[in-house]
Formats: sequence, structure tokens, C-alpha cells
Amino acid sequence: MKVALLTGGRSLERGVSLRSGMRVADSLSGLGHEVVQLDLGPNLVSLLGEARPDVAFIALHGTEGEDGTIQALLELLDIPYTGPGVAACRLSADKDLTKHVLRRAGVRTPDWITYSEAEIRDFGAAATFAIATEMLGLPVAVKPTAQGSSLGVRVVTGIEEMPDALMTAFSYGSSALVETWVSGRELAVSILDGEVLPIVEAVPTESATYDFEARYEVGGATFTCPARLSPEDEAAARATALAAYEALGCSEFSRVDLILGKEGPSVLEVNAIPGLTETSLLPQAAEAAGVGFDDLIERLLEMAVADKGPRNS
Amino acid sequence: MRSSAMRDIMAITARSEVISLAGGLPDTSAFPREAFDEVMGDTSRESLAAALQYGPTEGTDAMRQAIARLMAEEGMAVEAEDVTVTTGGQQAIDLITKALVDPGDVLICDAPTYPGAIPTFCTYEADVIQIECDSEGMKTDLLERTLTELEAGGRRPKFIYSVPTFQNPGGVTLSLERRRHLVELARKHEILVVEDNPYGMLRYEGEPLPSLYSLDGGGFVIYIGTFSKILSAGLRLGWMVSPTPIREKVVLGKQASDLCTSTLTQEFAVRFLESGRLPGYVEDLVSIYRSRRDAMLGAMAEYFPHGSSWNRPEGGLFVWARLPEYINTEDLLAKALLKGVAFVPGTGAFVDGRGADSMRLNFSGVSEEKIIEGIRRIGTVAREQLDLYETMTSTAEIALPPSGQPGDRTGRKEES
Repeated sequence: MKVALLTGGRSLERGVSLRSGMRVADSLSGLGHEVVQLDLGPNLVSLLGEARPDVAFIALHGTEGEDGTIQALLELLDIPYTGPGVAACRLSADKDLTKHVLRRAGVRTPDWITYSEAEIRDFGAAATFAIATEMLGLPVAVKPTAQGSSLGVRVVTGIEEMPDALMTAFSYGSSALVETWVSGRELAVSILDGEVLPIVEAVPTESATYDFEARYEVGGATFTCPARLSPEDEAAARATALAAYEALGCSEFSRVDLILGKEGPSVLEVNAIPGLTETSLLPQAAEAAGVGFDDLIERLLEMAVADKGPRNS
Repeated sequence: MRSSAMRDIMAITARSEVISLAGGLPDTSAFPREAFDEVMGDTSRESLAAALQYGPTEGTDAMRQAIARLMAEEGMAVEAEDVTVTTGGQQAIDLITKALVDPGDVLICDAPTYPGAIPTFCTYEADVIQIECDSEGMKTDLLERTLTELEAGGRRPKFIYSVPTFQNPGGVTLSLERRRHLVELARKHEILVVEDNPYGMLRYEGEPLPSLYSLDGGGFVIYIGTFSKILSAGLRLGWMVSPTPIREKVVLGKQASDLCTSTLTQEFAVRFLESGRLPGYVEDLVSIYRSRRDAMLGAMAEYFPHGSSWNRPEGGLFVWARLPEYINTEDLLAKALLKGVAFVPGTGAFVDGRGADSMRLNFSGVSEEKIIEGIRRIGTVAREQLDLYETMTSTAEIALPPSGQPGDRTGRKEES
């Protein structure tokens, strides 16, 4: 098949995307496909028009690639593409919307509130920090709503740290999530074609003194797959992840990040287009299920082609 | 933010629409094409076989002699045999550290220091102590105190690394008085000083100061030079001058690393230097960079927010700016990148997390027009950050009685 590999882009996750793209390109060529690698830019549409690909492989992360923008464009051009559709991408790219949808579907996610930069700048919303932190309980995690990676995330243990943490979060997007900090085991549940793959656990390294470091900083954790879980925990984690995947309308593949706290698993976020680099979690999970990287790529292509046609209708 | 995350977000600077004030790239567009053609033509006609062959590890004789002559013109008397040709100045830093440092050994350097030296020092597991700089460069009184304290604890630094002239990243120059003091301290405590001088010839105003090497006479000072900023960074050609025992160790290390620096590159540089074109080319660069520096300083005065400060470098490639301390320049970078402009956040120039309110701005790599636009964009995002922070910290808290369970307020309309 002729595959347009979309990689790079303009988001802050361009670097990760290029690494995903490089690995996918190797695999696609090895599988005998014709690969046309495209970066996002002013001539994207004309290049796609020239290339006339059978399918587009989306190896993009962050804004525009993961938030439904490119997906909607490809639907307009009638080019089938890998990964979830427009709505699932849009929802999962916005952590606030994700959590609203999950709550409504009865899927557990930590308590939160959301501040937009505008309400703080223009409506005096900073006056509510005390109410917010009292309501949520400290510590809280403050995150940009629109970033898939750990960029811009801070943990706040006292109300006086709120301005700094929000400044950081607003550097990466115009709204920020303030979320109750839930302690527990950190699990990544990858789903391929509706099937839950073996669960990956991020185990804090000894040098990670705070669980914040383990959760959000490079080198703060090592990854174990499959995670050693009791049958009950395993079942609960799988059910929660699958419920989140379905609630958001994901299809083909996605990864759900959970925290296994005292009350059971709670969803932190859903990655509509998980990383496909050498160290990414979904390929590890697939490997553990006996699906090698090339098989994974081939299956994603097959699903994309089978799913051809506008998905919104 | 860890360095790998930093590298990842900097990937966006490769896009052509992003104005990068982040690199340290010299302008190569002004290089005279006819000079290149002539020198390469002569090489092809007269010494092709040698230029394509391996060369001595320490560098070709002709190159070492040409470097000794160049240094003599800069007021430094060196013997050609004390010169080791390296693959860029960066390799000299690496080879010296490899030769001298064992894990846990103490190294001293400027605060901030050249960001490219930090990974090298970390690779060899050095214990890096940074001495604060002010407008006159490294505070040598602080250095003296540090040396005394270290000595009392039975520790002796393996060397003191410094870029004393138009420092990267700070842009500052070590004053004559402190140069003398530094050299005196090195002698008294018998500690080597590594003087890294990539920018000395790029002076836009003021009088040149003697190098540490010339003040010391080469007893305790190892000198690193490079052609990267005065001829071409792509040549990957630098050198070091050091006392014989160190040179021997370094040459052994270099043999293991790459056998020799490209002979084609050395051939090119020797012929270019012999043609007498270097002074004219450096003059051209100086005039280009002076205008760009002035464009940057002018734009900063116009666009940077109140409460920021920066230096006016007399030479080199960088301006170092400090913003009000509650602005974190790593966060600011994320915002700036999305507006299509990049700089280097200050933390990259420290080993200990300092520099969060600072940034390094390069003015050699892009046109004046782009510099002004880039500075305007950085100024805009910085002002936005400041306004937001001031709004947040000046808003009085209100208190409402919390109702029901935590989380009840969020999304309760949908749930009811």
C-alpha cells in the first residue's frame, strides 16, 4: 500500500513524534509498503493530493496531530487514517472534557476543577484558590488541560504555590486542570482493537523521593510489563480502562493511564495516539501480548483501511 | 524539566518558521565563495593525496605552525610543538576532562558556564562547583575562598574551566585585575586553568585584554582555541596549547577517540590562513555581528518588560538576560516556541538548578529583522506572564462555605 506517514508537526511533542515516525517508517518499509513521509506545513494538503496515498499513518502527538484537527482534514480528503476518529481525539486531547465524559459515564477519575487563563486574567478567579484547594484537598496536581505529555505539570502542597503552578500550566495552554492528588500504583492500559493488552506498571525508582517525580519526570520510574496485580485489581483496571476507551468513543488503539488508589482504579488521562518510540508503553504491551512491532503497524493499517469513510456520519 | 524533555521541546526549532535565538551559530552566508573555490582548487592541484590521507594525531605540522603564528598575532607566544589540533574546541574540553578527571574529582567553572561543557563534565562524573560571575566575570575572591575551603577539606580541584572573554552564556568579560588574580591563585594553589577562548577575536568595542595564557606564560594555563566562530563551525577545527605532560595524555586520548582531525579540513584552514584572508573575514563578521548585537539590545530595551535586566557584551555572540524572578524561563520557552521563537533557558548553564529566571540570547545566527521580531515575541509572552502573575497575586481571596462533598461543584449540573 502507499502510506502517507504524518510525523513531526508544530506541537511541543514534535521530538517524540519524529522518533515515533522514524520507527514506524522503518517498519512500514520493511513490510513492503511505499512510504511518503510528510511533516505538517502550509503545503500539507497539496502534498497529500499529489501523493494520493491509500492510507495515512498518524504518528503525531500533541496539538493538531492528536486533537482531531488532522483527522478531520483527512476525512474531508477521504483518506483513511490510523487511530481513533475526530471526536475521540478532540475529547481525549482536552483533559477537562475527558473527565466530564468519564464522570457522566460513571468511570472513576480524581476530583478536579478547571481554570482558564481568561477567567483568572479578566474575572478575578484567583479569589477562588482557597475554595478550590479546600474542596479538592491538598496536595493537588496542576496540569495544562491540552498537553498529552508531562510538560507543565506541577504538584501543589500549599495554596501559596498555586500562582506559580498555574503560571507553568498556562505556559503550555490556555486552561489548567487542578486535580486531587491520588496516591497509588501507576498503570498504563493499552487497548488494541477493543482488546486490553497486558498492563504496564510504572514502578518508582529508588532515587525518586516523591511520587510526583516518579509520575512525571524522566528516569523517575521503570516499567514492568505485565504488571503484577491481584486478579481483582487486574480485572478492575481492565474494566475501568475499557470503560474509559468506550466512553470517549476511541477505536483501533489508545492508552488509558490509571492510578490504582485505595478506592480502586481512577483514570488520569486517555492518550488517543500513544507514542510508538523504542521506549513507548503501547508497543511494550503489544510485545507482551505476542504482537511484535511490525504486526502492530500492519494491524493498525488494516483497521484504518477497513474503517474507511467519514466516521462522523 | 530534565534535559531530555528540553531536547524534545526544542525539536520544534528545526522548523523554518521558528526564529531561533537559541543556537550559537555563526553566520556563514558572508563567507567569500571565490576564496573557498580558490583554496579548494589549490588543495586539489597541489596536495590532494595528503589532504585525503590520515594525518598525525596531534595535527599536521603546517597547521600547528599556522596556529602558533595566529596566536602570536594575538599576543601569545607559543611553540608549534605545544599545539594539539582538535576536532573543534569541544573535543579539547572532552579530551582534557578525560585525561585529568576521575569520578568524584572537583572541577571549578563559571556560574553560568558554557552549557556544552556540562554534559562533558557530567560524563566523567566530576563534582562541579560553579563560581558566581558579575559584570566583571568570575568573582575571584569567591574562588579564593572556595579553594581555601576545599583545601581545608583535603580536596584539590583538577582544573578551573573558564571562558574569560565574551563568555558563553553570560557575555561578560573577566576584568584585567581578576585575570591577574585568577592566574596568581592558580600558581599559588598549583591548579590548572583551562582558558576557553572561542570569541576573543570577535570584539565590537573596547580594548582587548591579555589572555590568561599570556599572563601566566603557559605554566598553569591550558589554552583552547577554535576556528568555529572566526572561519567555519562546519570545519570542526580547534586546538589546545598545554604543558607537555598534559599534551601527551591528551594525544593518547585523542588517538583513541578519532586518530586525527580531518586532514582535508586542516589543509583548507592552513591555505586560507596563508592567503592572508582571515583578518578581512573576521572584520566582516565583526561588523555584521556588531549591528546584530545593537539590533538585539535596541529591541530588548523596547520590548522586554519592566524589571528585566541584561548586559551589553563588548564582543562574542550572546546576551544574557534576567527577568523578574517569578518568571520561569523554561515555562516561558514553551510559550515562546508556540509563538515561533526560541532561546536557551538559563538553567542549562548551571549544574544546580540556578538560572531559572535567566535566558541566553544569540545574535549571530539570524538577520537583524528576525532578531527584532524574535525579541518582540519574547517580550510579548513575558509581559503576558507578568500580567497574569500580578493578577493572581494581587487578587484578594474570597471565602464561601464549602457545600457537600469535594468535587460536587464540578459537572454537577450534568449529573443532576
